[in-house]
Amino acid sequence: MLGSALIVFRETLEAALLIGVLAAASRGLSGRNLTLSIGIAIGFTGALVVAGLTGYIAEMAEGTGQELFNAAILGVAVVMLGWHNIWMARHGREMAAQAKSVGLAVQTGRREMSALAALISLAVLREGSETVLFLYGLAMDDRASAMSMFSGGMLGLLGGIAVGWMLYAGLVRIPVRHFFTVTGVLILFLAAGMASQMARFLVQGDVIQTLALPLWDTSSVLPIDSFPGNLLHLFAGYEARPSGIQVLFYTLTFGVILFGMSRTSKQSLQPT
Amino acid sequence: MKLVLFAISLLPAIVFAADGEHGLTIKNHQFVPDQLIVPAGKKIKLTIANEDNTPEEFESYALNREKVIPGNSKASIYLGPLESGQYEFIGEFHEATARGVIRAE
Repeated sequence: MLGSALIVFRETLEAALLIGVLAAASRGLSGRNLTLSIGIAIGFTGALVVAGLTGYIAEMAEGTGQELFNAAILGVAVVMLGWHNIWMARHGREMAAQAKSVGLAVQTGRREMSALAALISLAVLREGSETVLFLYGLAMDDRASAMSMFSGGMLGLLGGIAVGWMLYAGLVRIPVRHFFTVTGVLILFLAAGMASQMARFLVQGDVIQTLALPLWDTSSVLPIDSFPGNLLHLFAGYEARPSGIQVLFYTLTFGVILFGMSRTSKQSLQPT
Repeated sequence: MKLVLFAISLLPAIVFAADGEHGLTIKNHQFVPDQLIVPAGKKIKLTIANEDNTPEEFESYALNREKVIPGNSKASIYLGPLESGQYEFIGEFHEATARGVIRAE
């Protein structure tokens, strides 16, 4: 039971953390809760559909359909996270400048909110489909322990949600002055980490070359399956044995988003 | 009985091991073979056939790879070029039994 709880916990964690950070980053925006709920609901439905289609997806593109599918989702998520961050670099500063407006609801365009909902649904869809597959496999298993493993899975799911919630609760406690800087930096690292994962899937599916493999090997110093290694992987995309192309994707994404953020925040400081 | 099942499950692993292409089979939540020798310094296509009814996730921290293989289906992943050495992998959904190692030489 604990084993299956741990697996589901690990699968859920990435999506839960992203939701936690995005929920915090979008606080003060009108209709935020509705947007988040819609995103999660669409993502969950999508996860069921994708889990059902896994057989077809897996056999596409000579057995590498899953890699292309994952890479595509990650690619879209990276672009949207980057865009969200650049957009928030301006709004965040405005909100921080007049701390009151965080309490009030800031009117935002429908475009921003649908982008946020789409982003969340993609994260839930990708991570959720693997969880659904795992739980489905357990449900099909007719061994006596299947039920206890299934409840373990549910426990893991709750655990993942709890961690996402704790991250959110911790973040919203940060003083408004620093708040949007913290969430902005977190999202910047998350997006860069996703870009590196995307590169990994493209290499795994033989779409691009590794460049160098591994570019470095820190698996004896900070293994990725250790607690600090895993934490660093989740938040900053740390890899113990990355390929050169992963590091390139990471660095480029990081640089481009940072450049966009510093440009918009400078613009917003100029009187209009 | 178990031995016979084991011997039968070895067959597909031998059949689709073409040049540059290596195969693994998942059967009864175990990898067959559980040790695979591949050439170092070359890109490898690893085809994994899951003959169980349940999905499995091929996962290896050493190889930096993860992939879900649905029940009763095949999937491929590309590895390397690898430095010579040992690379452990597991089936994450059945970690207790599904374990194996790839040796690049």
